[in-house]
Amino acid sequence: MLLVTDRERGVTMTTTSPGAGGTAGPDQQELPPAGVDDEVLDEQRRRWTPLRIATWTAIALLGGLGWVMLALIRGETVNAIWFVFAAVCTYLIAYRFYSTYIERKLLRPDDRRATPAEYAENGQDFVPTDRRVLYGHHFAAIAGAGPLVGPVLAAQMGYLPGTIWIVVGVVLAGAVQDYLVLFFSMRRGGRSLAAMARDELGRVGGAAAVVATLAIMIILIAVLALVVVQALGESPWGVFSVAMTVPIALFMGFYLRYLRPGKVGEVSAIGVALLLLAIVAGGWVAESGLAEWFTFDRTTLAWGVVIYGVVAAVLPVWMLLAPRDYLSTFMKIGTIVLLAVAVIVVRPDVMAPAWSEFAGDPAGGPVVPGPLFPFLFVTIACGALSGFHALISSGTTPKLVEKERQTRFIGYGGMLMESFVAIMALVAAVSIDRGIYFAMNAPTAATGGTVETAALWVNSLGLAGVNITPDVLAGTAQAVGEQSIVSRTGGAPTLALGLANILAQFFGGAALMSFWYHFAIMFEALFILTAVDAGTRVARFMLQDAVGTVVPKFRDMSWRPGVWIGTLVMCGAWGGILIMGVTDPLGGINTLFPLFGIANQLLAAIALAVCLAIVARRGTVRYLWIVLVPLVAVAVITVTASLYKIFSPTPGVGYWAQHFAYRDAIAQGRTSMGAAKTPEQMEAVVRNTFIQGTLSIVFLVLTLVVITAAALAALRSVRAGGFPSAEREAVPSRIYAPSGLVPQAAEKELEKRWLAEVGAPSRTGGH
Amino acid sequence: MRAWRGCAWWFRGVVGADAYERYLAAHHRGGHTHPPMGEREFWRAHVDHQERHPQGRCC
Repeated sequence: MLLVTDRERGVTMTTTSPGAGGTAGPDQQELPPAGVDDEVLDEQRRRWTPLRIATWTAIALLGGLGWVMLALIRGETVNAIWFVFAAVCTYLIAYRFYSTYIERKLLRPDDRRATPAEYAENGQDFVPTDRRVLYGHHFAAIAGAGPLVGPVLAAQMGYLPGTIWIVVGVVLAGAVQDYLVLFFSMRRGGRSLAAMARDELGRVGGAAAVVATLAIMIILIAVLALVVVQALGESPWGVFSVAMTVPIALFMGFYLRYLRPGKVGEVSAIGVALLLLAIVAGGWVAESGLAEWFTFDRTTLAWGVVIYGVVAAVLPVWMLLAPRDYLSTFMKIGTIVLLAVAVIVVRPDVMAPAWSEFAGDPAGGPVVPGPLFPFLFVTIACGALSGFHALISSGTTPKLVEKERQTRFIGYGGMLMESFVAIMALVAAVSIDRGIYFAMNAPTAATGGTVETAALWVNSLGLAGVNITPDVLAGTAQAVGEQSIVSRTGGAPTLALGLANILAQFFGGAALMSFWYHFAIMFEALFILTAVDAGTRVARFMLQDAVGTVVPKFRDMSWRPGVWIGTLVMCGAWGGILIMGVTDPLGGINTLFPLFGIANQLLAAIALAVCLAIVARRGTVRYLWIVLVPLVAVAVITVTASLYKIFSPTPGVGYWAQHFAYRDAIAQGRTSMGAAKTPEQMEAVVRNTFIQGTLSIVFLVLTLVVITAAALAALRSVRAGGFPSAEREAVPSRIYAPSGLVPQAAEKELEKRWLAEVGAPSRTGGH
Repeated sequence: MRAWRGCAWWFRGVVGADAYERYLAAHHRGGHTHPPMGEREFWRAHVDHQERHPQGRCC
């Protein structure tokens, strides 16, 4: 690999650019330039025609009006359409102005350089992909259950704090992270985040980044699996329809392998049809004598998910993983479009206040404990900033990007779409009755588990305008085809209820309420199970790679003992936390979800720290703030949250405070305390809080090591006036495509020229 | 009709149904002298490749 400094880059490029001639071989025809000049594009962007001024003024006004309606107008209920206006207009303005600023000042993409997809094309994972297709592909890879669940739990604080963080966080942090990581990985031949961390941070920082990533993946998978288990417990309908996804995927796998290889569209359509049938059939099963066969308590289900995880991780990819991924992508795009249309058509009224009674309470609310800062930010997680995305942005996507300039549309733009999904999830959560919301999301320890005790408890909270009766809770459960909705924690059931409300108004009415509810449960479970087995596999590879540095045999990914040991270790780790979560007397989701959010945001901090070290190599501090703003924000949020979890003396918030309170109680001979009713449950609380507290410390220490290593590396770079970057040598590009969704005039012109002189690009089935 | 075709093309691309066509195009562009893989053979190689290069799916 040849190192090219930033300053040398321009020189290298002018001598190798095909447009400049000289290097073109005898068999290579003279090509039009591979990119529009920066100055031409800038000039066109800055040309403010009256129509443009009018359009952007209208967008700004509409967005401003949306925020005013959400933030300032009180009294009558707010309509959900204002969420759409406020969010979408803010996204448009951020995309048009802030992301182009980052592009121009910080990243400076150069379309004359070939991307890895072009110079390393292999027809498999390195393939130049049309930007619009790659946008969808990238979105399907980053979106999942995270942005759907986080905002639901954060809705306990009211709708406004969540909305502000989802929108502002994505603009200044989440989308910036995705864009930077995608760009830097692309410039390094598609290197992974862990590899870039090793390059930039040295051995200690790099090793800490790998260990932290692994630990974080384990907790992420465990909590996602916990969300599924919580949604399916005691629900024969849900269990049946989700279980059916396995035989459906197996059928699709065999169909693609032996019957009609390559007919992916066809088999996906069959799969979706079977899936819908499975949801309907789930209703029949729940009504019939078969129901008890599919009714499981949560502990049994958790074991089922762990065993499923082991089997899915060692089965060949073609049997289960690949077909389920097709199905999941199909459903992801489909349901999100459906949801957006439904929210815009139905425009539900919002039941929650802007700021709830818990927003100012230092103890937090019954859904997630702890004060608004930092726990709101930690709870929302994926919709505003997700460290997990850094793994995708430095994995599959950079190997498919066709032109350097497209990274802005795909990286920054893709994350804006994910944020929009989070906004819609929030709308769904705040449009259901608040009494029902709290009855569903508080742990059994608070609600007592029955409709009577739950109603009594919710009414005792003294929430404005909330007066719920047991009949309403029982009636709601019946309407969605469930035995009970009390303490259905995890966010998924609440989201499903909210979506069912909206979708039923859009299509089908009350008769289809239970169908839509289980439709929502099904797609969340599908996304999560796909993430669970893909995540287990990725984590297993990372583990084998790490162990391989000591025991070289483990590096061989097809060595069966290595595969088995790696899989069992990973599944054992997340499975252990999952079982701990379902059996936790204090309510697993309520104690574990903050840890999930902290882990995800810490991964983002690691990714941004690596970006900081990369940018600082240029030796100037001028535009470093673009990385520093989100890095400092996320570091402050997660470190504060971790410190709360470690040191808070409030037992509901601090893991160790809880731990010592229960240990002391046991020492005094007490056999029950708070939510723990038996000596065994007391022991469980002591054990669980020990594990959770230890994990908090491990995450915090590792991340601080990574951030310190990055800060030191950045300081060294700046002091020395810059170091050569680890980018690959520039290869001249021989293809062209516009950068964004809508091409600029100069881009259209160049595209036409390529079409006339070279012919249609042969990528993506010619279109 | 054109809009529908555009949607179908986009969806196929996003799901990954057009992998073989793209492989053929890449093979053609690469100027290889050996013949490309057949469809069945390609899809086997495609999933085997996934087996060795797992892709993350996000939360």
